Amino acid sequence: MEKFAWLIPALPLIGFLFSIFFGKKVSKTVVASVASIFVLIPFILTVAIFIPFISVAEAEAIRIPLLEWINIGKLTVNYSIQLDQLSLMMMLVITGVGFLIHVYSAGYMHDDDGFHRFFAYLNLFIFFMLVLVMGSNFLMLFIGWEGVGLCSYLLIGFWYKNMDYNKAANKAFIMNRIGDLGLLLGIFLIYLRFSSFEYSRIAYEAIDIAIGDPIITTITILLFIGAIGKSAQLPLFTWLPDAMAGPTPVSALIHAATMVTAGVYLIIRTNILFTLAPFTQEIIMFVGLATALFAATIGLKQNDIKKVLAYSTVSQLGYMFFALGLGAYTAAYFHLFTHAFFKALLFLGSGSVIHAMSGEQDLRKMGGLKKALPITHATFLIGTIAIAGLPPLAGFFSKDQILASAFAHHPVLWIMGVLGALMTAFYMFRLYYLAFHGSFRGTHEQEHHLHESPKTMTFPLVILAVMSVIAGFVNVPEVLGGGHWLDNFFTPLLAGTTLILEENVHAHLSHTVEYILMGSSVLAVLAVIFYARIRYKNNGHVPAEDSEPMSFLERLLSKKYYVDELYDSIVSNPVVKGAGLLYNYIEVNFIDRIVNGVGQLVVLSSRTARFMQTGNVGFYIFAMVIGALVILAANTFLH
Amino acid sequence: MITASLIALPFIAAILLLLLPGNLSKWAALTATIIQAAFTAYVIVIFNINEHNSLLSNAQFIIDQPWISSIGIRFFAAIDGISMLMLILTNFLLPLIVLSTWDRPINNSKLFYFLVLLMQGALVGVFVSLDGFLYYIFWELALIPIYFIVLLWGGENRVKITFKFFIYTLLGSLFMLAAIIWLYLQTGDLHSFGVDAFYNLNLDMVQQRWIFWAFFLAYAIKIPLLPFHSWQPDTYNTAPNAGTMLLSAIMLKMGIYSVMRWLLPIAPGAVMAYADLVIILCIIGIIYASWIAIGQKEIKRLFAWSSIAHVALITAGVFTLSRTGFQGALIQMLSHGVCAVGMFFVAEIILRRRGTYAFDKLGGIREKAPVFASVFLVITFGSAALPLTSGFIGEFLLLNSLYEYNFWYATFAGLTIILGAVYMLRAFKFSMLGAAEEGSVFQDLSFTEKLVFFPIVGLIIFLGVFPQFIFNLTDESVKYLITEINQHLATGL
Repeated sequence: MEKFAWLIPALPLIGFLFSIFFGKKVSKTVVASVASIFVLIPFILTVAIFIPFISVAEAEAIRIPLLEWINIGKLTVNYSIQLDQLSLMMMLVITGVGFLIHVYSAGYMHDDDGFHRFFAYLNLFIFFMLVLVMGSNFLMLFIGWEGVGLCSYLLIGFWYKNMDYNKAANKAFIMNRIGDLGLLLGIFLIYLRFSSFEYSRIAYEAIDIAIGDPIITTITILLFIGAIGKSAQLPLFTWLPDAMAGPTPVSALIHAATMVTAGVYLIIRTNILFTLAPFTQEIIMFVGLATALFAATIGLKQNDIKKVLAYSTVSQLGYMFFALGLGAYTAAYFHLFTHAFFKALLFLGSGSVIHAMSGEQDLRKMGGLKKALPITHATFLIGTIAIAGLPPLAGFFSKDQILASAFAHHPVLWIMGVLGALMTAFYMFRLYYLAFHGSFRGTHEQEHHLHESPKTMTFPLVILAVMSVIAGFVNVPEVLGGGHWLDNFFTPLLAGTTLILEENVHAHLSHTVEYILMGSSVLAVLAVIFYARIRYKNNGHVPAEDSEPMSFLERLLSKKYYVDELYDSIVSNPVVKGAGLLYNYIEVNFIDRIVNGVGQLVVLSSRTARFMQTGNVGFYIFAMVIGALVILAANTFLH
Repeated sequence: MITASLIALPFIAAILLLLLPGNLSKWAALTATIIQAAFTAYVIVIFNINEHNSLLSNAQFIIDQPWISSIGIRFFAAIDGISMLMLILTNFLLPLIVLSTWDRPINNSKLFYFLVLLMQGALVGVFVSLDGFLYYIFWELALIPIYFIVLLWGGENRVKITFKFFIYTLLGSLFMLAAIIWLYLQTGDLHSFGVDAFYNLNLDMVQQRWIFWAFFLAYAIKIPLLPFHSWQPDTYNTAPNAGTMLLSAIMLKMGIYSVMRWLLPIAPGAVMAYADLVIILCIIGIIYASWIAIGQKEIKRLFAWSSIAHVALITAGVFTLSRTGFQGALIQMLSHGVCAVGMFFVAEIILRRRGTYAFDKLGGIREKAPVFASVFLVITFGSAALPLTSGFIGEFLLLNSLYEYNFWYATFAGLTIILGAVYMLRAFKFSMLGAAEEGSVFQDLSFTEKLVFFPIVGLIIFLGVFPQFIFNLTDESVKYLITEINQHLATGL
């Protein structure tokens, strides 16, 4: 099967070309079907490669060179594919969730004029995302990395008539580019150190490097800067909430399930280097934890359904980085995996709600949607429970593994982690009760128009809900009688790390401790949910209008700590204003003045120059050339 | 014979064009440039990339005729890998530049196309001449047609601006002329202006420093590098767009090409001594020009400033004196040429349809002209160096070469990938996006406009995906250049 692996990224690319060039000439059904099938076939191919792969214990990575790209002496990079535990798992998520979101979009975008353009971009996104995870070297990764950034830009600004959306699109691309510069410099340093861009070569040589090597530390910091941009961590996170300007399926696919996890993928992919750089790991741990808590607090006070989910995504990504910083690479991937399902589910569910509400996104205008949207409600509730971390749903297992690693590192980290989890449970159930329970608070027309979404939209919801229930079982811990399959499966991937640390990277806690940790965190989450239920369901509390007075803390949270305003005043505005100042003062009044001054001096002091000033300048030089040609001719004749 | 024909064809075509009636001029110009492009394609095919000989290692199709034998001036020209690339740049872009003028009537079109063809001949001459005197003649000859194109068909303030442009660049070249004559005098009994004779001079360090500054000034003004750039934005802006394309896409590359052909191997010691200075100047230029581009309020001026930023990065790469730096510079020259033709044609179409370059009067075009907007989008990201576009290959290699030279240089020069995205996305947003005004019209691309744009889009992507054939063409020459420099350095400066 592996020899068809190149088809996996190629098919979505063909789908993109089809939609771009022929999308307008064929019906919407054809566009949506072609686009979806060109993601479904790659999913099937991935499964077909995956199944034999898991049946072999500690299977070795398969590398398939495809085409020559750049070959300048020792600097050689080719288009080539690497199939291993990590890339296959990522491919399953990308094509699987990607396919479901294509199907969903067929319903969601049905009345949009840009229907074919939308599917073209989605297919292009799948292509680049697959290149990102399937490449066998850092430049393939970089192609995908920037390519998904392009698609993100195109899809955030999909409704390009709205200038605010275009602004959000530019912001996303530029913030990502800041990270990308870090990544690119990291790649250069890798090449300088290892003379290669290939993962396998780097992993092979890294084993002999001492822990704390300054070059490796620099490399990892630079790579992490790239990850910060793409995965919306502090301080480059503000683009992601704004990215919600894009159509909701985009938020689900790109800004929750796949693209934003690329930073996590990058660090797991280069886990050896990070293991060699404990200093960087500390930074990652703190940045991750800070992001997780910071974004969660903002989520508490948001009233836009998609904004709550967006900050929740930032926060959950923070958890993944927290785990990476702790060296719990498998736990980070595990959370990425489960998060992909329940967050995609929540976003698509919110899309279904927005669809039913005729475009309304404000939670304060919703309420009581349970009856009108039974399937959306049931699946959304599953997603909410899953993200809150209640057993036996997916989020419980993955979050628990991260918290256990945190405890093994230091109990305070565990407490911080649980604190974040409690906030997550609160804002999610706040959202759930505000939207689905109580009485309807929207306009009469909206109420009249309320309806369950079509099957193309509810079908993906149901599948994702099922996955949100069962996805956690891929890595049930021993203490709960599981076989932690994912830990075992990832063993070859983390072989270098294991070798360097000379021990197993997984947390060692006694069963009693694990039971206590699990029990206490679950009980605390239940208590928070209960509180949210009383506040928003039983007491029917509705968040105040923006115009009403708020306490300082409330205002701070609802204004997102004024980070956007801060960045505008210290970065965006000075850059734009500075450009004008630079032009007026340095360029026009300094450089150009000197040049003109010198020119005038020459003109005043030279007769020849005065002759030129009459405007016959061209003929002066023309005469010279003619003269030369005459000499040439004369010479030729004389010979 | 091949080299001579490549030079002669545009000149002959220019003269024939004068004999034809004026309404056929554009057809004559198009035919001539297409024949020249086809001829160039043929030369690429028969060019032997593995050739090894004593002249620049793989210079081919050599023509070496005595011209003014009393002082050793020869008609001495040939094509090596680097010249080949410059010919591709010149001869493949010219048909597109001619086509870009198609839909718009030009006053006195006979003279206009005559000058365009004259320009092509002079550019080809610069890129293949291996005799210093001949090279200088073509170098100055190239200035005349573009001077008249801007003067006669330019916009506001054209008399004043072209005067400054002309004097400034001419002044630079005079230093170069002095240097060439001085070098000739050093050849002693050889009495030669030949590049091979110049390469073998083995100047001492003091001499090299003088030569360096004489050449460098000419090139720095032409390219243009900060702080010698101030003729450029006004000239680009006032020039008719076809003229801006000639200037930006091809003519400024004369400077970078000449650094590689005439400056590096002759004064390698001085180049090495001043490399840091030049690179720092370039990096300041990248940031300075990008920053100013961000604040521009007109699309064409924004493009003009972006051009300064791009060529500064190319020059910085050349001065790393490394294989990746040279290769990056070469492919980026091609890529920048392609993107520049695209960008200034975008400006031209906006001007044709809307009568203005000002951002505050633009917007809402994407809604009315989706094909045009899509093409501009590809050019935007090509210029902003997205992977799988030609711009990425160049910037990647250039930044990588800088990185190997000095970490901090690459970090600051790397700001171009952020700033480049900022100004290009601003340009795209302000001109194309937003809702169109009620009842506004913006016709999408015409057939001939597509004929210009589609090859550009194709090249941007093709060169980004399969750049290797360009590297294969130039690799032998680049390797030769490196060994030549190293040899000079080894023999005690």
